[in-house]
This record gives sequence, C-alpha cells and structure tokens, in this order.
Amino acid sequence: MALQSLDITRRSGTTTPSPAQRKTMEVAKLIDVSKCIGCKACQAACMEWNDTRDKIGTNHGVLDNPMDLTENSWTVMRYSEVETSRGLEWLIRKDGCMHCAKPGCLKACPAPGAIVQYSNGIVDFQEENCIGCGYCITGCPFNIPRLSKKDSKVYKCTLCSDRVAVGLEPACAKTCPTGAIVFGTKEDMMHHAQGRVADLKSRGFTSAGIYDPKGVDGTHVFYVLQHADTPGIYSGLPKAPSISGMVSIWKGVFKPVASFALALGAFGAFFHYVIKGPNEVSKENEKEFEDEK
Amino acid sequence: MKNDPKKLLRYTPSERANHWLTAITFILLALTGLPLFHPFFYPLTLLFGGGIWTRIIHPFFGILMVISFGIMSFHFRQLNTMTPADWQWMRHLRELANGDERNMPESGKFNGGQKLLFRLLVLFMALLLLSGIVIWRAYFSFLFPVWVVRLSAVVHAAAATVIIGLIMFHIYMAIWMRESMDAMLYGRVRRAWAKQHHSAWFRQVISGGK
Repeated sequence: MALQSLDITRRSGTTTPSPAQRKTMEVAKLIDVSKCIGCKACQAACMEWNDTRDKIGTNHGVLDNPMDLTENSWTVMRYSEVETSRGLEWLIRKDGCMHCAKPGCLKACPAPGAIVQYSNGIVDFQEENCIGCGYCITGCPFNIPRLSKKDSKVYKCTLCSDRVAVGLEPACAKTCPTGAIVFGTKEDMMHHAQGRVADLKSRGFTSAGIYDPKGVDGTHVFYVLQHADTPGIYSGLPKAPSISGMVSIWKGVFKPVASFALALGAFGAFFHYVIKGPNEVSKENEKEFEDEK
Repeated sequence: MKNDPKKLLRYTPSERANHWLTAITFILLALTGLPLFHPFFYPLTLLFGGGIWTRIIHPFFGILMVISFGIMSFHFRQLNTMTPADWQWMRHLRELANGDERNMPESGKFNGGQKLLFRLLVLFMALLLLSGIVIWRAYFSFLFPVWVVRLSAVVHAAAATVIIGLIMFHIYMAIWMRESMDAMLYGRVRRAWAKQHHSAWFRQVISGGK
C-alpha cells in the first residue's frame, strides 16, 4: 500500500519523475543462511501479518511446504541436502522477493504505478493498478511474482512495506527465533553481514560470503551464505542474476526507437503527399474513357 | 455512380468484407497493443474500458484477425507470387514515388509492391501469432520456459512495430494513389484507372478473362 507516497524512486509505466522530494534511508533484510534452522516461523508470520492463507497441499516427502511460492505464500523455505567439502550439509534458504535495486519486474510492467520502488529500496506491487498481464514474471530474474487465478493480480513479498513505513521491522524478521533474519539500514546490515562472514571463515567455511548480486545493483534482501562461490547449491539461487538482455531491449531502447520510427513514417507519408502530390489517372487515359465520368 | 457496370469489378463483396474485417481487427489490435508496449500510449486503454479489459481483449482480437487474414491470404495466395517482372517493377519505385509512371513495367492485378507487402504481412502475422501465444499469460505462458517468454516478448514487439509500419504504408498508398480505395470500398474501378495502374490486368478483364 502506498503509505510512502512521497518517497518513490521508480514507478512502472511512467516516463516522468515520480514524487521523490524526500530521501529515506535504504533498508535491507539480511538472511543469514548459516543461522537458519528451517522452523518456518517466518512463513507463518508472513501469512499471519499479511492475512493470506494458502490452501492445504499434499505431502511430497520433503520438508518444503508449500513446494513453491504462490500468490498466498510470499516466502517459502527451500531445503536442500548437499555434499560439500565439509560432508553432507543441510542448506535451508528462505526464498522470496529480493527487492532488487534495479528491478526487472518494474522495468517490464506496462501499467502506470502498478509497481513502485520506494526510496528506502522496497519494491512494492500496487495491486489496484495491476492489469494482470504477467510481464513482471517475464522480467524478474529470480522467478518471484505469482499471478492469482482468483483475481488475475500478481502478488509477492512487500518487505512488509506497511510495517516499515511506521517504523516496524518485517513480520518474518520479527518472528525469527535464531536471528537468522535481521532488518535495518542496508549499511548496518552490510556491516553485520561482514561480521558474520568473518565468523564463518574463522570456523572453516573458507568460501563464506555475502550474496548481494551486482547484476541488479544489489538487493534489499540479501544473504550470508556458507558457500558464496556456489549459490546454485542453495536450491538454484542464480549465480549472476541480472535483468535479461531480452527484457532490456524490449522495455528499454526499443520502446522509444520504435515509437519514433512509426511517427517518422507517418510524417514522411504526409510530407510526401504535400510535396509530390497524389497519383492521379493521366490525361491520356482520361480522354480514352471519357464516357465514364 | 459507384456501381456503374462499365466499371471493372476488382474485389467481390466477400473479398471486401474479408479485407475490412481484417482491417478493423488490425486497428483494434494496434490500439490495444501499443499501450502494453509504451506508457506514452497507455491512455488508449480508456477506449477499451481500462488497462485490464485492454489486456483481456487484445489476444482475442488477435485470434479474430489471424482467422480473417488467414482466409484472405489463402484466397489471394496465387495472385501474390513474385515474378521477374515484379522485381523489375520494384526497381522503378523511386520514379513512382516521384510521380513519374511512364517507365513502370506493366503489372497484373497486383503490382510487385503489393505482392511484396502481402508476403511480408504473412511473415510478420505468423511471428505475431506464435510469439503472441507464448506471452498470453492467462492460458499459455506457464507452458514455456522463461527465456522463451522473454524472446517472444521482444519478437512480438518488433514484429508489431514492423507490421504497423507496413500497414501505415499500405493505408498511405491507398490514399496517395487516387481512386484505389474505391476498389476496396465499392468493388469497382474505372477503366482509366485500371489501364493506368494495372494494365496487364486491365487487358485481361476487357478480353473477358478474370
């Protein structure tokens, strides 16, 4: 919800600046995978605060439940058992919107104001402006937005923009029992993450690191990973995510170029008409068929 | 008189109806498609009851157009094969644009430009259909991997731009070449017009052929 209407950095389907007079502090949610115990309290807190209820699914023989993000489950825990140099490891990643600094969903969205990015970094869907085209799904490098069959609107994590607007932390961070999810300014969270990485390294996780992908100019939900060199082992976390080149062409340079080219064509035709004149039947032909007129 | 029997029949009533159904659906597609492409055109959604209706209705217009254009292109397919004479005709385009028709090679019912336009329309219409199905989120997009959807979005936008340009050209030619619109509006053209622009076709019709 647009509680922060004066703090908009980017607005979908809009070519002029948005209200951006004030500048708020950039926030971030840090998810420390090494501290996560997979209790799913964050999933429950998310559903409780946002008042969404997913339908009861079926047991797939694994802990993942539900198996994927849905329009009602804006965050899910993804469990993977991986053999690393340290032996068998159980890696649990809380998946959900990463709130990219350069959001592919917003770039692709054609509906004015259906996706906004606040100056604090939160990327928020404004469902009342959503037209249900699903272009955001095409644009997202992390496969996050989900189209509801019930109302044909897309839904995803809001980073509890309503809570953050009034100085509270997101529901998932509030409820996390181990401190694996922490929330604050991006700067503070980065500092905290660096401390965690140093600690992990001292414990033998030599490739521990921060996952804050530069391809999307960093994210406002970011991870501390025990094995930052192979993010793929965390249930397919992309190694170098960025807005796809296809999406960049489609919703970038091609938009003005194509519009301009068509306008030029229309002007060209008009000026051809007034300069060269219309093409009429010649005098000789007219004479030959005088009876027609 | 619009239907003077001395005039020559160029398009039958069903050909005209078919053409105009295609034309109307094309315009509706352009008006509903452009707002999904560039925010500059977003106010066009107001013509269709807002952004959501525009998104819902665009692909159905598309199906209608593909059916209508499909029938038309099948019907006219044999009249639109490019011959060496047509390529020769194409080489004189600059003279034609300057209003000098004296050296234009003879053309049949359709000239080289019309045939080439027809073939390009078939090509881009096919691209629009295929890519359009892939990006039709409500029914089909979930069947394809995301990279195919992304590629299709680009192909759809590019093909649409080209085809809108081609149709703008087509409309301008119909306005610029006086009386040619009569053929598609009322079916018949004056003999003087036919002799000037499609002399081979003219002789054929006068001598009792079709």
